[in-house]
Amino acid sequence: MPDAITRELSFGQAVREALAEEMRRDSRVCIFGEDVAEAGTPFKVLSGLVEEFGTERVLDTPISEAGFTGIAVGAAMTGLRPVVDIMFGDFITLTMDQMVNQAAKVHYMSGGAWKVPMVMRTTLGATRRSGAQHSQSLHAWFSHVPGLKVVMPSTPYDAKGLLKTAIRDENPVVFFEDKMMYTKLKGPVPAEEYTIPFGVADVKRVGRDITLVGTSSMVQVALGAASLLEEIGVSAEVVDPRTMWPLDEKALIDSAKKTSRVIVIDEGYERYGVTAEIAAVIAEGAFYNLDAPVKRMGAMHIPIPFSPPLEDATVPTEKSVFEVARKLCGRT
Amino acid sequence: MTIATDKSTASSGTQAGQWMRAYRQMVSIRMFEEQVNELYTRALMPGLAHLYIGEEAVAVGICETLRADDYITSTHRGHGHCLAKGASPDRMFAELLGKKAGYCKGKGGSMHIADPATGNLGANAIVAGSVGIATGAALSAKRLGTDRVAVCFFGEGALGQGVLYEVMNVASLWKLPVIYVCENNLYTEYTHYTETTAGDIPARAAAFGLQAEAADGQDVRAVYATASRLVDRARRGGGPSFLVCNTYRYTGHHVGDINREYYRSKEEEKLWKTERDPIKLLADWLVEQGFADSAQFSTIQSEVESEMKKAVEFAVAAPYPGVAEVEQDVYA
Repeated sequence: MPDAITRELSFGQAVREALAEEMRRDSRVCIFGEDVAEAGTPFKVLSGLVEEFGTERVLDTPISEAGFTGIAVGAAMTGLRPVVDIMFGDFITLTMDQMVNQAAKVHYMSGGAWKVPMVMRTTLGATRRSGAQHSQSLHAWFSHVPGLKVVMPSTPYDAKGLLKTAIRDENPVVFFEDKMMYTKLKGPVPAEEYTIPFGVADVKRVGRDITLVGTSSMVQVALGAASLLEEIGVSAEVVDPRTMWPLDEKALIDSAKKTSRVIVIDEGYERYGVTAEIAAVIAEGAFYNLDAPVKRMGAMHIPIPFSPPLEDATVPTEKSVFEVARKLCGRT
Repeated sequence: MTIATDKSTASSGTQAGQWMRAYRQMVSIRMFEEQVNELYTRALMPGLAHLYIGEEAVAVGICETLRADDYITSTHRGHGHCLAKGASPDRMFAELLGKKAGYCKGKGGSMHIADPATGNLGANAIVAGSVGIATGAALSAKRLGTDRVAVCFFGEGALGQGVLYEVMNVASLWKLPVIYVCENNLYTEYTHYTETTAGDIPARAAAFGLQAEAADGQDVRAVYATASRLVDRARRGGGPSFLVCNTYRYTGHHVGDINREYYRSKEEEKLWKTERDPIKLLADWLVEQGFADSAQFSTIQSEVESEMKKAVEFAVAAPYPGVAEVEQDVYA
């Protein structure tokens, strides 16, 4: 893309721009959730949308996650394209029946007769000092369920392109945004129209010696670790699957075959988490090319604590990824 | 055959036609369910079967007030709702037997009949599972400016689910064209509803500002009269309502629920069947009004019987879906 038209947007601005453009393009797209209208959510990601699109299309709901998610399922089946906002990813627990038993199954159970083109936007990520019920990364739960698609953007560019694709998709899509990236992470976003297809991984950095597979904010952590590794002469490749389902298995396996060493980094719990699935895909697909076991790095298997030094210890960091990579590559 | 002279006006002729149609529909539902019982006990039908016998006046009384393009959602005890909304018995039986010709290509089964052509958003095997979907369909109708309404059928067991109150609250706030129809058949599976339901049932909905009413669920004309008002009100933008229909399930919670004395007496069952049977009550009224005689009822019985027999034959002979079908329709 030419530099002249490349702007810098924050992650949150990119999300908002995707929503605004899709709402202008398609009058069926509407938003509902808690404090999405005048408040623009506590993260201010939706600021300005109600002013442009009105309260008919940006609807403040009661604090009823199950209720308004269920309403979104029915609205999606009958002609609207709802984007629901679940303020903290921890609150997806309240929507599980609507997403898992309803949204995910309607198309299949009806033999393809009905479809559910809806998006659930929600957040993930720790280190915001928000305690155990506002800090979890539970994307593995939805990734486990057939009928749902799960998206985890890592940059403003990806957030915008993937969200537009999500809104145009004919299926229920869950879109996880790391709340720590809303204002802190900025990046180039072209002004021109673009979308990013699901199931296509992106190599965020090309390398030779080790593959760091990262999701969401862990892509940024992996890129930081790659810079540290470069200083000791290790060339790290950073691969971002971008969507947990559909999953670009080929890109993951190809990178592993090239580098022969892999660490999978994710902010969800390591046990039974998406790192386990991705590691298994790579272990099966690149077995004869691997020089070391595929390593997983996720959140510690504990509720997220409040106290800052404790909380910081729960999730992978540039330094911890660097250390694991260094050992895996046999450097001292 | 004669028709009483004082009833032979144009309007009573229309009325006679309407209630003869309702009679035939109730007979069809009952005979459909009798065939289900037969198929199940002969081990031709896999899975679970929850019969609607005894409750026919509710589905017919409500659906007679609806247009083909109005929406319904149904329950695990949903065959009656689907038939009353216009489903055809042959494709229903085919679905119950897991055949490709079924409404959901055999992928849904007895508890998941869905059919866009008749506005059937789907039967739902989660108690209160469809309350969000029905409310969302009403939101679409309002937002898209159609004058469709949505009817949400559920049993009194759903009164225990919190999501019902979440969506009734939203429906009232947003003035949505939805009618919540609570079929109180007295037993929440194997427990009398008074053991699980505190306070007054319509008062629960009235507290949210819904128009809340009760009707004799064994009297199809009473159900129709009340439902007509509520549907018309919703269609004119008057907002949501709640209608409890007091009724009785003649058979067990499911076909295998044979020994029921521990939760209800045989005397009680006998009383409902002899004194409060919805088909008999309507037949008596039709005779009393001079709209029909017993010969006409016999004709209807034998016509429906042969229709059901043919429908069962169709379903039994129909092929199963090919195994390649198993992975189809997961995503749209």
